Amino acid sequence: MAQADVSIKPTELQGGHGHPDKWKWYDYFTFNVDHKVIGIQYLVTSFLFYLVGGFMAVLMRTELATPNSDFLSPELYNAFLTNHGTIMIFLWIVPAAIGGFGNYLIPLMIGARDMAFPKLNAIAFWLNPPAGAVLAASFFLGGGAQSGWTSYPPLSEITANLPQTLWCVALIMVGTSSILGSVNFLVTIWKMRVPSMAWDQMPLFCWAMVATSVLALFATPVLAAAMVLLLFDINFGTSFFKPDAGGNVVVYQHLFWFYSHPAVYLMILPIFGIMSEVIPVHARKPIFGYKAIAYSSLTICLVGLFVWVHHMFTSGTAPWMRIFFTISTLIVAVPTGIKIFSWVATLWGGKIRYTTAMLFAVGLLSMFVFGGLSGVTLGAAPFDIHVHDTYYVVGHFHYVLYGGSVFGIYSGIYHWFPKITGRMLNETLGKVHFVLTFIGTILTFTPMHNLGMQGMPRRVAMYDPQFAHLNQLVTVGAYILAVSVIPFYFNVIWSWMKGKEAGPNPWNAMTMEWTTDSPPIIENWEVLPVLTHGPYAYGMERADEVGPAGEPLPTSRP
Amino acid sequence: MKQIPAPFWTLILGIAVTLISLWVGQNHNLLPVQASEQAPLVDDLFNVMMTIGTALFIVVQGAIVYSLIRFRQPKGDDTDGLPIEGNLPLEAFWTAIPAVIVVGLGLYSVVVFQEMGGFSPGGHHGHGAMVAMAPQQSVIDVAPLLLAQGLDDDTVFGKTQVYGFGASPLVQMNQPDVTVNVTGMQFAWIFRYPDTGITDGELHIPVDKDVQLKIEAQDVIHSFWVPQFRLKQDALPGEPGELRFVATREGTYPVVCAELCGSYHGAMRTQVIVHSPEDYADWVASRVAEATPTTTVAQPIEKATDAEYLAEIAPDLARSPVQIAQTGLVNH
Repeated sequence: MAQADVSIKPTELQGGHGHPDKWKWYDYFTFNVDHKVIGIQYLVTSFLFYLVGGFMAVLMRTELATPNSDFLSPELYNAFLTNHGTIMIFLWIVPAAIGGFGNYLIPLMIGARDMAFPKLNAIAFWLNPPAGAVLAASFFLGGGAQSGWTSYPPLSEITANLPQTLWCVALIMVGTSSILGSVNFLVTIWKMRVPSMAWDQMPLFCWAMVATSVLALFATPVLAAAMVLLLFDINFGTSFFKPDAGGNVVVYQHLFWFYSHPAVYLMILPIFGIMSEVIPVHARKPIFGYKAIAYSSLTICLVGLFVWVHHMFTSGTAPWMRIFFTISTLIVAVPTGIKIFSWVATLWGGKIRYTTAMLFAVGLLSMFVFGGLSGVTLGAAPFDIHVHDTYYVVGHFHYVLYGGSVFGIYSGIYHWFPKITGRMLNETLGKVHFVLTFIGTILTFTPMHNLGMQGMPRRVAMYDPQFAHLNQLVTVGAYILAVSVIPFYFNVIWSWMKGKEAGPNPWNAMTMEWTTDSPPIIENWEVLPVLTHGPYAYGMERADEVGPAGEPLPTSRP
Repeated sequence: MKQIPAPFWTLILGIAVTLISLWVGQNHNLLPVQASEQAPLVDDLFNVMMTIGTALFIVVQGAIVYSLIRFRQPKGDDTDGLPIEGNLPLEAFWTAIPAVIVVGLGLYSVVVFQEMGGFSPGGHHGHGAMVAMAPQQSVIDVAPLLLAQGLDDDTVFGKTQVYGFGASPLVQMNQPDVTVNVTGMQFAWIFRYPDTGITDGELHIPVDKDVQLKIEAQDVIHSFWVPQFRLKQDALPGEPGELRFVATREGTYPVVCAELCGSYHGAMRTQVIVHSPEDYADWVASRVAEATPTTTVAQPIEKATDAEYLAEIAPDLARSPVQIAQTGLVNH
């Protein structure tokens, strides 16, 4: 096998000068090619952007506590709603879930010393901070882009031109980063597994990252193309999307959503992977239906490429398209359901440990059931016509992105923080964080569904006074969510410095990243590990106590 | 799931979940009043989804909560749980059931979509029902330039794909009773009645009549939405849209812009007044007697800025769009 050849020799790192035994703090601010450094860089920057995007959300919810526009100017409100969405998607969830966990964990999970293309990896990361800087600059050079994260022309072409141009540039940068990262993940998983690891012995997080990377490679170039066309329309006099000069506004929507619907799977598939890692460890049971979960990731990846028009059911969409994309969208519920049922079945018969990582994973499961069901209703075109572009949609996607992706990122942090830093997070603070987040999420995003169905459109700075009470409830929920991050950030900073020593495997987990030190040494292992058991072989030493075909004996439980 | 208790309890739970779901599906009170023929169709679909969704929600959340309590780690027990790696019949079951449900929902959606008139936008104007034209024409076709042709030009509708909801299958061959040209602009809706020359900032229509709205946008994308009608169609610059419906309930309902259209998007609200036939006739008569708004409509509006254009027609509007826009700021 070729693994021995592609694994990187110490002398190849850092331009042949070797590397120190241990990274110093300032190494994390440099162009470092160690996947673990890059993973931490992604995580830390994305958690900073999370605060920025969250701050914008708090200001918007403050504005929406009253029906009138009396706190922010309408232009600033629109700039916040645009950049809240942009930051939370492109600089928080995507870099945290894919860049952060993907880079940190994949080589460790498959027994590699680094990613396949370490320098490319560092380049991919270093496109992110400047993209954030460009977005920040757009606020000081004209008040920020104001046409929503979707930036539909003609609005985006006649409103705040310079900030909109900067917005396009930022998206092209993060899009490029995503493409480079995806190539790297695919090649790494394909080529650099330890020789003893077969495809079906790979942790499910790696399967999820395969699906994520394929999806990103197909979809992201289309977004980049749309951004270039929009940028040319704004600055160089082209008229791709200008209806009064022969352009077509609907074409942009197709280009945009061809990427941006798959983008929601980019944000949730890695999280599904995290779920499949966290739940078995803390339930002390093998994952239920390994193959079904792995294949359902690939199915979501495939079907997810053919559902984008459900974002355009009320736009310039021909009847046959509305029908085709209704059916294709509803089909996504099947592989998603398989995953949810499999995780519930993994809990069933386990010995569940109420760690904070597990609480967030189960919280996600609970949230995602609700968000998934509201997603099915949105897939049906006749009902979507009514609630499209309303708060119902806002409630739905926050349920799956906050209750889903953000819960998943939290869960992953509580689970892998000991591996990444060598220290345990404080569990009491973690539980306070979980309870606040859980209550805040329900309070913030549930009433939005009622608002949308009753008639409140989304993206409004001023609204009909009849909706005031529910909006105030939502605002209270948003404040709770804002407060909920305080124990978390405090916990992370404090525990990173003073937390209890974790040791190599504090959860007694079975995937390969737990076989090395915490934090791992620079090339992960002194000697490459050998696979002796599957990633989820919990309770297997007692295999003689169970009946045929995994049927449990009733007596084996206390 | 084999440890689910005795069949008796399973049966009781199943009946309870079914009854609760059926009740929730009919009594959720989440949707506003129904004021169009399409509204009950949409609501029935939603109620079915709500019923199924409630059942699934209770079952899955119930399984989660049950597991968390029943299968929590016993004190001092550091051993692992049961090494169950899968169960093919169970997995086939929970793949097949959702598949059947979504296929059923998909087919039901198609039926509702057809009854709503979703397959026949643009099927009118003496061209006969143009149901078949939809698939072949690409959306990339450049629509004739709307503004250059004048906003009332019917030929736009004859040549190109029209988006939205047209006549329901029952009345496809009939002419609509009332036609209104709807124009969205930052930040107001303008309603023009080509038969009578009326221009208004509010939509007035008779109850129980076949009403056709031809929807266009002057500057950016807007979206025409009446929640009580359950109907929405984007107003796209350069792409004609249509909503054809019968309002079934007299009253005043909001007309909302549902697509972000700029700073005062949230204030782009007006109302639709569904009149009794007599009231509607009175309203038409009074408006026709008032003025001759056709002169303003005939002006080459593409040369005017929005503000100039609004100033021209503002006197004709029951409520100035500028006022509408300002109410959001000024009223405290």
